[in-house]
Amino acid sequence: MDSRFTRGKSPVLERALGRPRSELSLAAFALLFSELVQYCQRRVASVAELQARLARLGQHVGLRALDALVARERPGRRETKVLGVLLFVKGPLWRALFGREADKLEQANDDDRTFYVIEREPVVNTFVSVPRENSSLNCAAFAAGLLEAVLGAAGFPARVSAHWHKGTTLMIKFDEAVIARDKSLEGR
Amino acid sequence: MSRSPGRKQENHKISRELFVLTYGALVAQLCKDYEKDEDVNACLDRMGYSIGIRLIDDFLARSAVKKCRSYSETADMIAQVAFKMYLGVTPSVSCSNATGNEFSLILDKNPLVDFVEELPAERASLCYCNLLCGVIRGALEMVHLAAEVSFLQDRLKGDAVTEIGITFLRKPEDRRHRRN
Repeated sequence: MDSRFTRGKSPVLERALGRPRSELSLAAFALLFSELVQYCQRRVASVAELQARLARLGQHVGLRALDALVARERPGRRETKVLGVLLFVKGPLWRALFGREADKLEQANDDDRTFYVIEREPVVNTFVSVPRENSSLNCAAFAAGLLEAVLGAAGFPARVSAHWHKGTTLMIKFDEAVIARDKSLEGR
Repeated sequence: MSRSPGRKQENHKISRELFVLTYGALVAQLCKDYEKDEDVNACLDRMGYSIGIRLIDDFLARSAVKKCRSYSETADMIAQVAFKMYLGVTPSVSCSNATGNEFSLILDKNPLVDFVEELPAERASLCYCNLLCGVIRGALEMVHLAAEVSFLQDRLKGDAVTEIGITFLRKPEDRRHRRN
């Protein structure tokens, strides 16, 4: 076993979870996010690849944000229904990460696997202006990746993508197995 | 920009977790893309520099501070106002040489390493928070103060505290001369 693990110097693991301690300035995050996007942009050749990279970074964040959040907001209870987890995402998760709830949560008319989380102005896009030649780029792909990781880790595997519709819409498409499980839970 | 004219931007804050985790994602991505720690450190420094040259505008606009008259005032300003404004912590400042152009900021709480326990063995010389050095350097350069900023001690590498060293490069005589 690596001897570093037995040093026990780091207080991180001993700290209580508690309420989130402070908020930081949006400007700092916006600048960091802009550097992130620029870094990814330099290494890709198309808009789709850029969105994929942003989504991957978002997944990295989402995976780690979920545990602490669930322990704080819903101690002792796990969401087992699709609607429950979606309401958790729209409310507590969005509020904890972005400071405000998502604007709307909708279900697709024709497809029971697809849901939409709609935000007029996502926080990550606050200072982003997209040039006309890349007009399909939506940096909320970062939020889409984040959401995908959160849903996956919560037991509801899904594909999430960001679109320009009524502001920004995150389209969530759950796996068949998730919907089938949900239906059988309802039937009980 | 498609923002409606009457609406003020009411939300100037984001959660600390989002910021810290995003920074972590960035460092993780850099570690995947670059093999050598020096490359990652250099890349973080460069990104920090680009952030710093823009952050200074936001800082000056929101803090409305007066012009600093000496290097030690500048170092105090960075520690007590800027760090407080952007990271919510206040490092302590100490001057480490007689000519008054070398300072060190001692951070006992560093929000960027909130979720970092320690560096992996193969990344032992990674300066995880090197972005901060670039930010300070870039911001100072935009107010015409050339400086070298680097980490002198790092808790993640086993030192007792995290210490950032700022060395102002121009001689003190130049500044006195310019004031007259």
